[in-house]
Amino acid sequence: MDPLREVSGRAIPFGRKNVDTDVIIPAKWLKTITREGLGKGAFESLRTDPDNLFDSPEFSGSPILIAGDNFGCGSSREHAAWALLDLGIKAVIAPSFSDIFSGNAFKNGILTVVLPQDAIDRLMEVAQTDPLAIDLEHQTVTTPFQDRFTFAIDPFRKHCLLNGLDEVGLTMARGAQISDYERQARENTPWLAHTA
Amino acid sequence: MASRPRTLYEKIWDAHVVERRDDGTCLIYIDRHLVHEVTSPQAFEALRLAGRTVRRPDLTLAVPDHNVPTTPRRDAAGHRVPIADAESAQQLQALERNAPEFGIRLIGDTDVEQGIVHVVGPEQGFSLPGATIVCGDSHTACHGGLGALAFGIGTSEVEHVLATQTLLLAQSKTMEVRVEGQLGPGVTAKDVVLHIGGVLRASGGTGYVVEYTGSAIRDLTIEGRLTVSNMAIEHGARAGLIAPDDKTFAYVKGRPYAPKGEEWDKAVAWWRSLATDPGARYDKVVVIDAGDIVPSVTWGTSPEDVVPITGTVPAPESFADPSKQDAARKSLEYMGLTAGQKLTEVEIQNVFIGSCTNSRIEDLRAAAAVLKGKTKARNVKWAIVVPGSGLVKRQAEQEGLDRIFTDAGFEWREPGCSACLGMNPDKVPPGERCASTSNRNFVGRQGPGARTHLVSPATAAASAVAGRLADVRAI
Repeated sequence: MDPLREVSGRAIPFGRKNVDTDVIIPAKWLKTITREGLGKGAFESLRTDPDNLFDSPEFSGSPILIAGDNFGCGSSREHAAWALLDLGIKAVIAPSFSDIFSGNAFKNGILTVVLPQDAIDRLMEVAQTDPLAIDLEHQTVTTPFQDRFTFAIDPFRKHCLLNGLDEVGLTMARGAQISDYERQARENTPWLAHTA
Repeated sequence: MASRPRTLYEKIWDAHVVERRDDGTCLIYIDRHLVHEVTSPQAFEALRLAGRTVRRPDLTLAVPDHNVPTTPRRDAAGHRVPIADAESAQQLQALERNAPEFGIRLIGDTDVEQGIVHVVGPEQGFSLPGATIVCGDSHTACHGGLGALAFGIGTSEVEHVLATQTLLLAQSKTMEVRVEGQLGPGVTAKDVVLHIGGVLRASGGTGYVVEYTGSAIRDLTIEGRLTVSNMAIEHGARAGLIAPDDKTFAYVKGRPYAPKGEEWDKAVAWWRSLATDPGARYDKVVVIDAGDIVPSVTWGTSPEDVVPITGTVPAPESFADPSKQDAARKSLEYMGLTAGQKLTEVEIQNVFIGSCTNSRIEDLRAAAAVLKGKTKARNVKWAIVVPGSGLVKRQAEQEGLDRIFTDAGFEWREPGCSACLGMNPDKVPPGERCASTSNRNFVGRQGPGARTHLVSPATAAASAVAGRLADVRAI
């Protein structure tokens, strides 16, 4: 995974609440067996509108998406994160995210930024005409007009994103601890430690 | 040292901590991993590319369900019928190749045990109380009905579990949803969870694991509890949980993967110890009076858009939140409904009885009880029953339920996810309406332009007969 330190550029002022993963990528696009090429299907039902934001000359290819509450709710499909990546989106800013989506985004190097609704409202306004800048190291979102919003992020996630670390590799390095746990489980809860 | 009182969730969590990190996140051991064909190919591909193996293939079970057509799997001569859709066939073939390559048991689409992973897991005794269970599917919350900590994961996490049998997780907050009292006639587990979804809204459970408690939950059968926990994700919860009790143990006992002999006795003793301690604190408590719950139906495009079947389509202006007003306007346009319309006057063209929420034997019995001796209305063009597994199908046929359905004008299908999501040939045509026992009424979920009304199996059956959304209590 590529390290992610800053995301700056135009932000798509989408703003919708409860955007579910069926909207981000409809089920018919889930039949792939690779991770690439899903940008075509991203927000498909909205992009039938010729005036949609995603294909507008102004916002097409923007690295930031601004959304409303509960972004990414619904299915666990990681295709939603892959579709956003394929569209060129590297960060999503919203008042809240579904738990599964934010995990999927993180594991694909997409930064999810949680900010209160009034900050989102201001960023939506700025994004109509001007770029935003997200600085992960300092945990800030700034505008060309001196707005500066700070956001919280799990320190482990921050560390992994900044350094482009692969979580599977990190956990495999804890193999001895996992084996210890398995030994104890065979004693304490043997019916869980094996299958009949 | 006396430990502080803990909730069911905290006890299961504590029992599965491999390692606690300084920031509070934990490496959590995963006891059971269900794998299906849609969210696993990229995980296996990543393992292969990195030269990694599956740490515990014996704790992993693969079942195709999302893509499989629900038409007969074998022709008259007993040959396997090829899947027409090339991409679906490719995903199935990938699972059929990946499972043996990595040493994982595959229940294939022509095996009698095949079905929806969330039906197969409990049915096989693979899902157990107190276990941590994951699957690359958000309705994994379902297994919480047995008292397992079960939740959906993305494909990168599928890869992580395959490689390490663990996940790195932050502990969730806890919420108790207590439903006290007796459910009225015609009110089912599905109505309970639809009602809860209306109360909590689609994001009310975000960040929480919800434990469903109270006499109305205890009185549910295990299959009813699986239905309730199944839809925990529809209020945003990471997982749903219901404390295991004697009913749970009776349900699990004797199933193929269930513990046996001395291990069984030890397991039951441990399961009993998992119930939330008196005095344990939840971060949030929501109390619901079971008497307030009536047969429920959704009118919009979010599972939170719930009204009693006796109610009317709400006016967008009736919502306080301006963005909800806007969403409601869009939903009504998509659904082809007008504010103030009575739900029981809404005509339907399709009925779907199935999905991981409502495709178990009790669901089929409930629908058949309503349909017995009746036929679907003429305006209902397409009505299908899709059993949750081959074993559910066989049981239903032994009870003669299939005849009741076919006599009523329903098609009797092979198991799979079917019309719950538009990934296989079972789709609701654009602009048409479906009374569906599934779990999501999202835009396009049952096919592009399809209009979904989420209901219980009994309500779906009653609606098929009436040709309109119907109050099962009036039939």
